[in-house]
Amino acid sequence: MFEIFGLSSTALFGQLLIGLINGAFYAMMSLGVAIIFGMLRIANFVHGAQYMLGAFCAWFLLNLPVLFPGSGLPEIGYWPSLIIAPIVVGVVGIVTEKLFISKVYDLEHAYGVLLTLGLALVIEGLFHVKFGSAGQPYGIPPSLQGGQNLGFMFLPNYRAWVIVASIVICFGTWYSIERTKLGAYLRAATENPVLVQAFGINVPRMLTLTYALGVGLAGLAGVMAAPIYQVSPQMGQSIIIVIFAVVVIGGMGSIFGSIVSGFMLGLIEGLTKVFYPQGSSTVIFVIMAIVLLAKPAGLFGKT
Amino acid sequence: MSETATMAKEILSVKDLNAWYGESHILHGITINVRQGEVVTLLGRNGAGKTTTLKSIMGIVKNRKGSVMFEGSELIGRTSNQIARQGIAFCPEERGIFASLNVEENLELPPVVRPGGMTVPDIYKLFPNLDERRKSQGTKLSGGEQQMLAIGRILRTGAPLLLLDEPTEGLAPVIVQQIGRIIRTLKEKGFTILLVEQNFHFASTVADRHYVIEHGEVVHSMNNDEIAANRDKLEHFLGI
Ligand SMILES: Nc1ncnc2c1ncn2[C@@H]1O[C@H](COP(=O)(O)OP(=O)(O)OP(=O)(O)O)[C@@H](O)[C@H]1O
Ligand SMILES: [Mg+2]
Repeated sequence: MFEIFGLSSTALFGQLLIGLINGAFYAMMSLGVAIIFGMLRIANFVHGAQYMLGAFCAWFLLNLPVLFPGSGLPEIGYWPSLIIAPIVVGVVGIVTEKLFISKVYDLEHAYGVLLTLGLALVIEGLFHVKFGSAGQPYGIPPSLQGGQNLGFMFLPNYRAWVIVASIVICFGTWYSIERTKLGAYLRAATENPVLVQAFGINVPRMLTLTYALGVGLAGLAGVMAAPIYQVSPQMGQSIIIVIFAVVVIGGMGSIFGSIVSGFMLGLIEGLTKVFYPQGSSTVIFVIMAIVLLAKPAGLFGKT
Repeated sequence: MSETATMAKEILSVKDLNAWYGESHILHGITINVRQGEVVTLLGRNGAGKTTTLKSIMGIVKNRKGSVMFEGSELIGRTSNQIARQGIAFCPEERGIFASLNVEENLELPPVVRPGGMTVPDIYKLFPNLDERRKSQGTKLSGGEQQMLAIGRILRTGAPLLLLDEPTEGLAPVIVQQIGRIIRTLKEKGFTILLVEQNFHFASTVADRHYVIEHGEVVHSMNNDEIAANRDKLEHFLGI
């Protein structure tokens, strides 16, 4: 152990690790919000609720034998949930887009905000009625329990996994949008949907699938968050406001911007906790205000 | 009327086409026919309704009535993606090059709708400038190059009917000539082309027939060899 600025290395790196973990979730979440905003022009305020749905889905799957005793249903663990929950949340997203979101594309932005905010309140409200505000525990999968002593700090395996996995997910998503043929359709349709449709692409279906993709990412983040934060109906509420700040800082609709700002702001938040704890919950919003004044389109946004 | 044109069958037949933007009634019963292998132009001054005619055929303007028959099937009531899949390709007036795509990606974006379209190497042969700039951002090209790209990318799709909206607009005379050569080459290759133009000198170098549109109606139509005889009338209609 050594000291930096009068702080023990364990304390400093511990906070940085928390910052990095938060940043990993900010990045995965704001990535989905950015993809959805870029293509659908909808500020998806139900993203937090969809993240919560992902976590609850994993919790349900794990507790099937307890929830339905005598049904003979097996306990479905973390790894399968990592696949199943995003698909389930993605399908919920498809239904949501078809039933609600697609109805406000031609209206002003404010309607999209009101709609998605309303949906979030309804979904979170229903879960609150059923589960109350107490969090449900979700254990770390056995294969990722324990940790590594790095000398200057202790790194729990699960947290290392979350950081690596989120970097892979973010990079994979960025790559498939910026470097593949499918992504070229998405980029083109983001710029000029009318023309892309006139080339023979079913743009309304693309909008639905894009929404499902963004929402599926929220579901995936929710599963990964379950063992770290508790599975509770409010878990999405606390993160969604920060996510929008991250997206605004990165530049509305910028994929790359949302990833970089997500990790960066998580780290900054962690550092603030070390040096000026009182400011840690507001620092992101202060940065947002400064960025908006200096560069209204965001750090990586196109003007 | 040229001999091949009389013999060839109609590929596109527009009858009594009406179209609206919101409340404003723009097209008032357009009727035009295009035969297989022909190059036909729509002439007319600014705001006459030429672009609206192409967009209504293409289904981009959705609020439309009348009949648009393409290869024997009705297009009114279909969406633009379905119409594209039927075999019509559209090159917009503003060119519509995607800034977030490089030249290659722009070229390969429109999906193939029918076998027998041009291959990518064929297209690069027709537009050598594009070949050199494959990896450049689409909108970093010059105006002429962007126009070449906008035309080039719809040749891969296999669509037999091309709708070209003012491909010469704002381009230098030498580029206009080049586009003229390209249109003649495409005609030789068997494409049918409906071309919007304001420049009837240019139109007369590439087209078989012309329609003049004014206030959303066809006010005159003629074969290309009649253009000299109708010069005064044309200058009147085009406001030159
Ligand atoms: N999106 C729109 N909304 C409302 N009116 C429109 C719209 N687009 C075109 N118009 C109107 O429709 C009429 C026909 O326009 P159109 O674009 O078809 O003309 P054009 O013959 O192509 O003219 P130009 O040679 O200038 O391109 C014009 O009066 C124009 O103002
Ligand atoms: Mg026009």
